[in-house]
Amino acid sequence: MRTNDVMLQTATKVVTFIILMFAVHIFFAGHYTPGGGFVGGLLTASAIVLLMLAFDIETVKKIIPFNYVMMTAIGLLLALATAGASIFFNVPFFTHAYDYFYLPLFGKTSLHSAALFDLGVYLVVVGVTMTIIQTIGEDE
Amino acid sequence: MSFVFLIFLPILAALFVPLLFKKMRQIHTGWFVLIVPVILFIYYATLLPTTAEGGQLVSSFQWIPSLDIAIVAYIDGLSLLFSLLITGIGALVVLYSVFYLDKNREQLHNFYVYLMMFMTAMLGVVQSDHLISLYLFWELTSISSFLLIGYWYTRDRSRFGALKSMMITVFGGLMMLGGFVLLSIMGNTYSIRELAAQAPELASHSFFTWALVLVLLGAFTKSAQFPFYIWLPDAMEAPTPVSAYLHSATMVKAGLYLVARFTPVFAVSGTWMWLVAGVGLFTMFWGSFFALKQKDLKGILAFSTVSQLGLIMSLLGASAAGYHVEGAADSVFKYAAFAAIFHLINHATFKGSLFMVAGIVDHETGTRDIRKLGGLMSLMPITFTIAMIGSFSMAGLPPFNGFLSKEMFLTAMLSLTEFNFFSMDVWGLLFPILAWIGSVFTFIYSLFFVFHTFAGKHKPDLLPKKAHEAPIGMLVSPAFLALLVLVIFFIPNQVGDWLIKPAVAAIQPFLYAAPADVDIHVSAWHGVNPEFWMTLGIFLIGGLLFWTLRKWQRAYDRFPDNLTLNRLYDNFIYLSEGGANRFSALYMTGFIRSYLVYMFGFLVVIVLSTLFLTDAFVIRTAGSSPVGFYEIVILLALIAGTITILIAKSRLIAIIALGAVGYSVALFFVIFRAPDLALTQLVIETISVALFLLAFYHLPKNSKTEERLGFKLGNAVIALGVGVTMTLVALSAHSQKVLPSISEFYKETVYSEAGGGNIVNVILVDYRGFDTLFEIAVLGIAGIAIITMIKLRLSRKEGQHENK
Repeated sequence: MRTNDVMLQTATKVVTFIILMFAVHIFFAGHYTPGGGFVGGLLTASAIVLLMLAFDIETVKKIIPFNYVMMTAIGLLLALATAGASIFFNVPFFTHAYDYFYLPLFGKTSLHSAALFDLGVYLVVVGVTMTIIQTIGEDE
Repeated sequence: MSFVFLIFLPILAALFVPLLFKKMRQIHTGWFVLIVPVILFIYYATLLPTTAEGGQLVSSFQWIPSLDIAIVAYIDGLSLLFSLLITGIGALVVLYSVFYLDKNREQLHNFYVYLMMFMTAMLGVVQSDHLISLYLFWELTSISSFLLIGYWYTRDRSRFGALKSMMITVFGGLMMLGGFVLLSIMGNTYSIRELAAQAPELASHSFFTWALVLVLLGAFTKSAQFPFYIWLPDAMEAPTPVSAYLHSATMVKAGLYLVARFTPVFAVSGTWMWLVAGVGLFTMFWGSFFALKQKDLKGILAFSTVSQLGLIMSLLGASAAGYHVEGAADSVFKYAAFAAIFHLINHATFKGSLFMVAGIVDHETGTRDIRKLGGLMSLMPITFTIAMIGSFSMAGLPPFNGFLSKEMFLTAMLSLTEFNFFSMDVWGLLFPILAWIGSVFTFIYSLFFVFHTFAGKHKPDLLPKKAHEAPIGMLVSPAFLALLVLVIFFIPNQVGDWLIKPAVAAIQPFLYAAPADVDIHVSAWHGVNPEFWMTLGIFLIGGLLFWTLRKWQRAYDRFPDNLTLNRLYDNFIYLSEGGANRFSALYMTGFIRSYLVYMFGFLVVIVLSTLFLTDAFVIRTAGSSPVGFYEIVILLALIAGTITILIAKSRLIAIIALGAVGYSVALFFVIFRAPDLALTQLVIETISVALFLLAFYHLPKNSKTEERLGFKLGNAVIALGVGVTMTLVALSAHSQKVLPSISEFYKETVYSEAGGGNIVNVILVDYRGFDTLFEIAVLGIAGIAIITMIKLRLSRKEGQHENK
């Protein structure tokens, strides 16, 4: 018999989104202010863990049907591809490029290929953290 | 013609042996093999006129030119003599083995491949002028000898003998390699000829004595000198053709060859002369003395071989005396080298035939035990004749070749008493005395061998087989050798001119420029001189002792068994194996804690001693920042957390204290202005504490007992040591910064070059993104490893494979 956890679940529904937004913020802000892919990834994972605590693993799996091992692999590939893409432009491996663009809605924005690499880091961190927690949690 | 390739002819021929053995079952494989040594013998015989005039032939091919390593075949009198012995006796042994080994019962393809391998190796040893290729062939003789001794590998004694000979000869071979390397460093060349040319300069080099001793160790182990002779009697488990070939005529003479070849290099030294002559003579005495103890025909022959090799070795040692005496070429000192080579030839002939005789007796009666044999004279008249010729020659009786070389041996030993260098004037008298005693025993065991086998009463009920004369094919080889024994007695000077003098000129180039200069004439009757009286004494005393042999031979049984060198070897092997086992059992406890103690202990010792030996320990407080209030507070929290972990009674408390330590570190990051680190540290610390709690929750019930960490003084000392070491290192490193930091560059270029503002993150993804790439790879691997550990359960599949 489970205790009544309505308060936890209700709070979680709100807090999860706040954490997720903070994670996204900290990820994108990383290049100029503290943060980045690693912390962002960890925070995202903690949001999902919070969901798992409030509900249960099966429910969370239904809500977020990600294969985290695949996510890790995609993250690694993305990081490697960002690093490797530079050799097609005849510059050394791992040379990043950035420039300023005028985007609709955003206005003048600086776009940096390092963000793609950081996205790879982010995906790997989320993938690995969730893999570990899910695997251990499911273990009998 | 590049005869260097002829060295490889036998081993190439060996490639076809298994094919012939499998496809041509009806013909004994030995017949095909026989062709090789015969061809080689004929070829080498055609070179005789060249060397007899003092000519030398060189042929080489580059092997590793960049390292100056080549295979150089150098033929002068000495190497040609050995090549002829190897191929000549080789041919006779192959012929003998055709009749000795049954083509249906024996694995002939193995036998002849090993034998051909050995022939190549021996030819390579005696013809090599290059130190490295000499060593290569030298080890190949050890290996092929090992294979041949262990030919009947299902027998325990064979394997034991093979292993023993391998251990001893390879030990010597490695020592010799060391000597060779020293020689090549001293002389800056690998060529023996060039080394001999610069012998006087080498003698003053500090490596000289080392090289000398090491090379001699190689020669002594191979030639079964005291105390390394112990492998030879055990090698008698080999098939008799192998014993006849390897352990009487060829391989055991490789050491003699080496000594003879290096005499021009080392003769300068008194150590050389003393060692070679002294060890040789003692071996001669020792071997002849213990030959009488043996019950096995081949055992007697093995000890006799040891003794005769010692005799030749002592003569080679004495031949070095010629270097130190003015006008030695015209004095009594000239005999030693000649006698050595002469006896070497004679020994190869009579010992080869005697081994074959022992093989025939074994083959036809089924036993080699001399106590069961007797009275075979009338049953095996031809074998008896051959045995008699061989034994009498070995004993030094006329009219056999052993007589001549024995006389010259005595002459050479007597001449040493006139030599007055290197304290020889004091101890020189020992040489002829030991030589004489050794000769007496040689005389006795030679008679013992022949008469106790062939004379006396026949004991048919003791013999496994009914004794009868051997087939004619088996008798050809020993008969031919016995014939040589006789022939050499009658034409010693022809043998001398063609074979011995060129070899002597090669051993003593400091005395003779050409073989024709060797002014020695052998004659069977050399007048009434000390040698004559010594020989007469040998015959008389030897005969008398042989007559009373049965009365005093029992004295040998009184020798304590555990004082023998064999026992010493066995104990050494046993103790070194047991000792090594015990030693590794001592420190390989299987406990990780012991290994950690070793690691940390070494870390402390090495780092601390380096710190103080190199005067690297400095503390300078000049560049340090002031310590603030918050730092002290957090530090106290951190220390309190650490101490709590150590003394906590419950694991739960330790885990929480660890979390406290982690959060204090995060606070330190905040204070020291590292927001990224602080963020990450907080999250990671939370996750790892959660994982610790998980691990704690799953501990088995009975190990959850609340118990404080036990105090161990050793561990405390090591921990304290590591802490102090790392503190000292950190302080010293901080106090002496040699180079300014490169962080200024990052500060300046973070926006202009990398388009970012957070230096930490830009370093992570841009300046040094490579590290990050592999760190996330590490994370990925860790994740997959955890899945594998938890999901993959194979532990229950046991017992399928022995090694699992």
